[in-house]
Amino acid sequence: MKITTVRRINQLFFFALFVWFCIVATVGDKFWQIRNWPINWILQFDPLVVLGTIVSTRKFYGPLHCAIGVVILTIIFGRFFCGWICPFGAIHQFVGYIGNRGKRIAEKIRLNIYRKAQCIKYLVLIFFVGMAAFPSLAGTLQTGLLDPIPLVTRSFQLVLLPIFDRGTYLTSVNARYYEFGWLILAVFATAVLLNLAIPRFYCRFICPTGAFLGIISRFSIWRIGKTKSECINCKMCERACEGGCEPSGNIKIAECVLCFNCRDDCKHDLIAYQTVPSLAGETQVDVSRRGVVLSFVSGVLAAPAIRLSGKVASNWYTGVVRPPGALAEPEFLKRCLKCGQCMRVCPTNVIQPAGLEGGLEVLWSPILNNRIGSSGCQLNCVACGQVCPTSAIRPITLDEKRGLGDFESAGPIKLGTAFVDQGRCLPWSMDKPCIVCQENCPVSPKAIFTKDVFTTVRDGVVSIKQVTSRTIEIDRGIPADKFATGDYYVLFEDGSRCKISSNTATSVGISEGKVPTAVGKIEIQVRLQKPCVDIGKCIGCGVCEHECPVSGKRAIRVTAEGETRSTDRRLLL
Amino acid sequence: MADQNQNNLGRRQLLVRGAKAAASIAAAVGVARWLYDPKGPGAKNEEVSFLGTLAKGLPDFSVPRKDGQVISIVKGQDRSKTVSKAIELLGGIERFIKPGDVVVIKPNVGFATPPILGATTHPDVITAVVKLCYEKGKAKKVIVTDNSINDPASCFTISGISKAASAAGAEVIMPRDSYFSPLTLKGGSLIKDWPIYCAPFAKADKLIGIAPLKNHHRSAASMTMKNWYGLLGGRRNVFHQDINNIIAELAMLVKPTLVILDGTVTMMTNGPTGGSVSDLKKTNTMIASCDMVAADAFGSSLLNLKPADLPYLAIAEKAGVGTVDYESLKPLRAEVT
Repeated sequence: MKITTVRRINQLFFFALFVWFCIVATVGDKFWQIRNWPINWILQFDPLVVLGTIVSTRKFYGPLHCAIGVVILTIIFGRFFCGWICPFGAIHQFVGYIGNRGKRIAEKIRLNIYRKAQCIKYLVLIFFVGMAAFPSLAGTLQTGLLDPIPLVTRSFQLVLLPIFDRGTYLTSVNARYYEFGWLILAVFATAVLLNLAIPRFYCRFICPTGAFLGIISRFSIWRIGKTKSECINCKMCERACEGGCEPSGNIKIAECVLCFNCRDDCKHDLIAYQTVPSLAGETQVDVSRRGVVLSFVSGVLAAPAIRLSGKVASNWYTGVVRPPGALAEPEFLKRCLKCGQCMRVCPTNVIQPAGLEGGLEVLWSPILNNRIGSSGCQLNCVACGQVCPTSAIRPITLDEKRGLGDFESAGPIKLGTAFVDQGRCLPWSMDKPCIVCQENCPVSPKAIFTKDVFTTVRDGVVSIKQVTSRTIEIDRGIPADKFATGDYYVLFEDGSRCKISSNTATSVGISEGKVPTAVGKIEIQVRLQKPCVDIGKCIGCGVCEHECPVSGKRAIRVTAEGETRSTDRRLLL
Repeated sequence: MADQNQNNLGRRQLLVRGAKAAASIAAAVGVARWLYDPKGPGAKNEEVSFLGTLAKGLPDFSVPRKDGQVISIVKGQDRSKTVSKAIELLGGIERFIKPGDVVVIKPNVGFATPPILGATTHPDVITAVVKLCYEKGKAKKVIVTDNSINDPASCFTISGISKAASAAGAEVIMPRDSYFSPLTLKGGSLIKDWPIYCAPFAKADKLIGIAPLKNHHRSAASMTMKNWYGLLGGRRNVFHQDINNIIAELAMLVKPTLVILDGTVTMMTNGPTGGSVSDLKKTNTMIASCDMVAADAFGSSLLNLKPADLPYLAIAEKAGVGTVDYESLKPLRAEVT
């Protein structure tokens, strides 16, 4: 079998594995649901994830150890990850192949020439590393924006699969929603469509992971190269060169993605995978020192520049309510890859990719939007922390989340606090009974309690005309049948109250209590239970916000005040 | 010919082109005629929508009434024994399920909480009833479904109902947007053109409601009648503004074969979610009834309430749904150990 065939099978295998892991990132007990599938494998293989988190946190997080294998293999063999494993690379290679199929050979060779602009990806990498490297708490990990593995993961998990699910219900019971999904799709589609202009555009010009692997492949023991310095210069080796690394001449070894197409295409067997450098010459990473310094310094300065908005300080955006187990915001931003695994696995769909309101660095990181999904953050669920590849959301246990067992003294994890918007709340401002929020509060005893009051309804003071048995006829018209719901009462002049059991346009009936006197005034009152939040008990799960019948801007909303993970948003004494 | 007269079309080409032009014009006119809408969207035409939905509705699942076998109350701790005994007292499952019937069971699977917290129907009751339907009732198929409040998949899993139902051979159906269709209750004032969870019931022959007995801050108690709240779709919580009438209207809308009220433990406080075993009290009672109003009227006593504390009972009785004075129905009583 030709080595390019082996490579294609390998690419297909890892792409299929990747799609499979995307599908199984669904809570449930069927074989295609999460169970024990290692859904983070490919993210954990990603060397840039390791590099980024090491630079930002100055620690090497254990579960990412697989990536060290990729680094070691790259040092020995070169950029095999790009050409053989990366699912995003496989997509680019396939689309580039399809898009340029009909072109003449000379045209294809022209498309695959080495371009000076391929050094941009190194500058992207160095810029992101600079951002992550900023000392103290201001460093921020933004590699996930362009790192191909988180990028392709979030594109599949939050956009492609949910679109595919519409109407087919293959991986979820009901339609999933992801705010800002369109922007994720736009980035993905742009990256894929650029292959029609230049094959593997993203890999050649943008990919920071490829850049990192290109840099460390300089010591590789084996590399692609010519076995003779001179040849007839037919350039057939560049007909399908994926890396654009110029194998016909002075090969740019850091650009080579080990596709082996050149070796296959050389009719004269002059190209080999060998230990000696190409006899036609070899060039390492081609990037200027000035470029390196400039992008690193820009990155280092970009980190505090973004923080000038104050979004990670006193000006924090109220929509940033993080999933249970999330680290304090500065630590969180040093780890979150924006890969979307937590958002996909969340059974209620409440975890959403953030937009730009929370600041640039919060983009696509997980926040809770209680208006989306089937039910706030469920009390008995810790799925998001279990799948987070970098522990930006810690893998907490149910006991820790709920403050049981060993965690009793620490208490439950609070995501924030619910606030009643009295101006929008039906009992508080519109004299309508409701308390859906109280009913659905999952905490025991409930964090929402009610203040019970009787309020006279609009135009509710009427004079008694006549009394027959338990029916009071009144002097003025009232809406018929409106007050016999069990929530309305008659208040007599002596201060006593009776529940209204029937009413017509000119009378009210009471079923129990005293028989009223035939003179004087009565007041028609409604019994209201006005919801109040006990901030000591509220865990900020957002079920109340989800259920509130005021469907637009909810009359009870959760914001991050009082969240366990930070001290500066504390509310309770 | 064509190369002789390069500036003129040949006769044949002219005819072909003419025919194509005519076909295009005809197609354009045809499409325009077909899609022509002279008025544009008007006010919502309720009549059409009502005609389309009234016809469907929910079938009447009830079986003929037998005086003296309307409600049974069985004391005991073992749910499978008490529920079997309660059904037996009413004439056995054979009275309700005919061989070959498709039976839908509507438990309360509102919350994603484990069975021990009593916020959802206990899986033991599901197991017992599904088995009765299959073994003695010779049902063709038993379906277990509910439109949960929390995430449905989580609710069915954590409540243990999914597992119990599947193990006993029942099919579990999760709610989907497409399973709801707008319905209007004749004589109702709240259920008007409102999405109702219909699809799982459309082809069923029998319907059994199984509810836990719970305290409820807004309606005082959540029992067999309140259990039908799960059939409401859309943003159903607006109906909490008139909780008693919506419960009564649901009881008018749904005509079950049988309801079962599980008072083996009763959620006395913090309902309807509970969340702690300290909210529960052992009351060791299982009720089976053909009359929801009577079942709930009796159930209120386990919550230390009077039927008068639950205004929806009187409203439903007035609408002819059932009898509040359950003693007048001569409940069949038994105790199993």
